[in-house]
Amino acid sequence: MAADSTIHCDIVSAEGEIFSGPAKMVFVPAMQGEIGIAPRHAPLLTMIKSGEVRVQTADGQEQFFFVGGGALEVQPKKVTVLADTAVRAKDMDEAAALEAKQRAEEALKGNIDKIEQAEALAELARAAAQLKMIQKLRKIKG
Amino acid sequence: MPGTKEIRTKIASVKSTQKITKAMEMVAASKMRRAQERMRLARPYADKIRVVIGHLNQAHPDYKHPFLVEREPKSIGVIVVSTDRGLCGALNTNVFKSTLMLMREWQGKGAKLNFCLLGTKSVGFFRRLGVPILASMTGIGDRPHVKDLLGSVKVMLDAYRDGTIDRLFIVNAEFVNTMTQKPAVTQLLPVQTLDGDDLQERWDYIYEPNAAEILDGVLMRYIESQVYRGAVESVACEMSARMVAMKAASDNAGKLIGDLQLVYNKARQAAITKELAEIVGGAAAV
Repeated sequence: MAADSTIHCDIVSAEGEIFSGPAKMVFVPAMQGEIGIAPRHAPLLTMIKSGEVRVQTADGQEQFFFVGGGALEVQPKKVTVLADTAVRAKDMDEAAALEAKQRAEEALKGNIDKIEQAEALAELARAAAQLKMIQKLRKIKG
Repeated sequence: MPGTKEIRTKIASVKSTQKITKAMEMVAASKMRRAQERMRLARPYADKIRVVIGHLNQAHPDYKHPFLVEREPKSIGVIVVSTDRGLCGALNTNVFKSTLMLMREWQGKGAKLNFCLLGTKSVGFFRRLGVPILASMTGIGDRPHVKDLLGSVKVMLDAYRDGTIDRLFIVNAEFVNTMTQKPAVTQLLPVQTLDGDDLQERWDYIYEPNAAEILDGVLMRYIESQVYRGAVESVACEMSARMVAMKAASDNAGKLIGDLQLVYNKARQAAITKELAEIVGGAAAV
């Protein structure tokens, strides 16, 4: 009954495949709190926050992946994590859009402070999340 | 007949050009391999998100996202992906040609066009045409990142949402193989019906927090991944087109050098013969 005790897990980002294989359990930082997905989970679709995805592989080992947000699809036999490569805060998207527009107009007036601030904030959020994960990894090892 | 010295200089100059084209050919060849690898890496994500959208389409018929609804096309948005640099054969010209064809087709139907330009070459070309440009992005480089494309894509998606454009296309070079690249026009919005797979019974997802928000996020990512795929493919095309173009240039330079060498030898022979004749003539006169 090996097929029933595991669920196929795919973690992909637009710039490459990160993980693919059977898992006993997958933990994902969903929009409304961390969720654990066991085999034969009900179909679920949700967005995920930036944080760590934990995969318990079939041989009982745990693997950690850092994702900067994205989407999660769960089918009874399959978990798909569509990870974002870029860290996306709302301001960040806004700033990028603003930048593209400005480039088109070729008139860069003001607003630069705001963009820089948003970029710095997003960078900070990512760094903090990464730091948290590093600390966790250390605890497990130590 | 030109002097031997001029021909010698000419040969030297062609030789140095050949060296450059050969170097560019080799650089393009190695970059092409990497670009193709990236194209391969981008595939799983595109496939998976396609499947998810296919599921979504089947699972939730009562909520219709604006990205899925067909509107009367009064205004068209076009994302044109070109290269940043030249010397890659007819690649950009072909992309622009099919963009112009698309433009003519929709203008014939009375639709306005708005552009989003990725790559220096397209910015240069369409600025000369004087068409309305909503967003542009240059300096994509050999390794496009999703992050860099988000801004321009968002401008187009926002334009679609607020009704500035009713349809969105992307024109980019499609990688067939190393020798062949062809321009491809793909409709991004509204998202064309995707064929789902074998989920025959009626079912629905649990949506967290709600269907509208998730659909929005997933569809946006889908469009972004499509644009990213276009950019990556365009880089792979650029590199292989450049490789082929530079190979042709090196070969032509080789041929030219051969011809020039022949002319040079003839000129040299003629000069020697002439000199000999002069000496003999001079000796006879004495």
